[in-house]
Amino acid sequence: METAFSSRFSVLLKSQVLELERIREDFPILKRKVKGKRLVYLDNAATTQKPRRVIDALVDYYERYNANAHRSLHTLGIEATEEFEKSRRGAAEFIHASPREIVFTRGTTESINLVRFAWGEDQIKKGDTILLTLMEHHSNIVPWQLAAKRSGAVLKFVELDSQGRLKMDEMEEAIERSPRLVGVTQCSNVLGTINDVARICRRAKKAGALSVVDAAQSVPHMPVSVGEVGCDFLAFSGHKMLGPTGIGVLYGRRELLEEMAPFQGGGEMIREVHLDGAKWNDVPYKFEAGTADIAGAIGLLAAIEYLSEIGMEKVRRHDLELQRYAIEALKGVRGLQLYGPERAEERSGVVSFNLADVHPHDLATILDGEGIEIRSGHHCAQPLMEWLGVSATSRASFHVYNSYDDIDALKAGLEKAKEVFGL
Amino acid sequence: MSAEIYKEIILDYYRHPRNYGKLENYDISARDSNPLCGDEIEMRIKVSDGGKIGEIKFQGKGCAISQASASMLTEFAKEKPLDWVKDLSKEDVLKLLGNPDLGPARIKCALLGLKVIKTGVYQYLGAKLEDPSAGE
Ligand SMILES: Cc1ncc(COP(=O)(O)O)c(C=O)c1O
Repeated sequence: METAFSSRFSVLLKSQVLELERIREDFPILKRKVKGKRLVYLDNAATTQKPRRVIDALVDYYERYNANAHRSLHTLGIEATEEFEKSRRGAAEFIHASPREIVFTRGTTESINLVRFAWGEDQIKKGDTILLTLMEHHSNIVPWQLAAKRSGAVLKFVELDSQGRLKMDEMEEAIERSPRLVGVTQCSNVLGTINDVARICRRAKKAGALSVVDAAQSVPHMPVSVGEVGCDFLAFSGHKMLGPTGIGVLYGRRELLEEMAPFQGGGEMIREVHLDGAKWNDVPYKFEAGTADIAGAIGLLAAIEYLSEIGMEKVRRHDLELQRYAIEALKGVRGLQLYGPERAEERSGVVSFNLADVHPHDLATILDGEGIEIRSGHHCAQPLMEWLGVSATSRASFHVYNSYDDIDALKAGLEKAKEVFGL
Repeated sequence: MSAEIYKEIILDYYRHPRNYGKLENYDISARDSNPLCGDEIEMRIKVSDGGKIGEIKFQGKGCAISQASASMLTEFAKEKPLDWVKDLSKEDVLKLLGNPDLGPARIKCALLGLKVIKTGVYQYLGAKLEDPSAGE
């Protein structure tokens, strides 16, 4: 049953973009078993696994030079500060920004909330429009709902076509009507759809709207340059790009960051504090109150170095090949409905689907029994679920260590689920 | 926790839920959802003269475990005195399902119906509900 399918792709199997055997060796967790089976980890859009190098970087910091950054003048403090700032430079270089434009946060969610407070509290006024899309993650919806509620602004959502692509003409028309802010995801975490954010940001700029790009699913999977995107803000999370949890980035255009009020108050974000007031520190420190996740930043740098050595172009190509293979494989499963754009080129490494009347949670449980870890649920995108007319989907998502074998295993797991459900 | 939990009976109740629907004439109504999964259950009960569960129907959406257990529970509860619901336990529900090995992630699905019926009955009786899934 599998053979006809596999043989068609055997050429592809040999022409791997990446040296998968070697890469898989770098990820200690891939050696573990789940329910006695080989771990097939396909939940990378939720969080990725960590290579040895990232784990070592964390241990190295705690074992050799643990100290607070930007505080203590002793040797350990200096080393910690140097490494922390090196991480900022690494993150900047990775997205072609300047280090002063890199604010360390807890992740995408906190990055967007930072924009909402530090920029939005002053700038979003009654009657303003906040333009979003139907495929946003809750983290790029809820902060703006809160902002709208507080200010009296209105939210507008751009719709999708039947393949789950943004209706660009609708987007452009809406931008013509001068919204205050345009918030858009570069890649959907459910449909995989890649949006032409450069075009959207260009239009937004012309219309005098601020642009916020959710890059949580793009920065980990493809080369991203903030110059090319042309956005005002861009947010991403370390843990979705082989780095640790607890660290993320907000890129902000320098002039904007300079003008903005602080986010939280506390240590590190001030220059001088007197009983009657305080002066803010320079950017980006103005936005980094309190002790940062120093270890997290250092771990993120290790992840960035790891990805850069592979090359983001290659990461993207590998993603594309897996995507093609997966779409083809899943199309062969009768009763399976795939969501998102038909052409692999228009998507990043995410495949969402539903299998007949098997609820995604039941499917995830059955697959887990085979060692296959996928995500099931609404993926923090309930408006999108409503649009799809479902309450949940199953989602397989890839990263550098995934192979065709993993997708074959997924397909076999789906066949097993059909058997269990008598389909 | 894997394919073994999907016993024939669970699939049967999932695909052919007994007591599915919405009572128009009812005394008790309760609804709850599982924020992690989005499973939803709503139950309505018509109390009969002797203080018993006369009619009971449920509606909902979600996985096989949550929907089947709610349906089984409605059948089980029919004609029972309201006080009986107070003593209904997690173990009773799991027994209805054939004692599957659900594990911590899925047990909440199985207990959603229990939570709903208890909430409704407790509210009706004016008593305070202890979370049936607490203490796991
Ligand atoms: C598109 C998108 N945006 C935002 C987020 C939120 O990221 P985090 O939870 O790391 O803040 C996620 C991840 O769940 C995502 O996929």
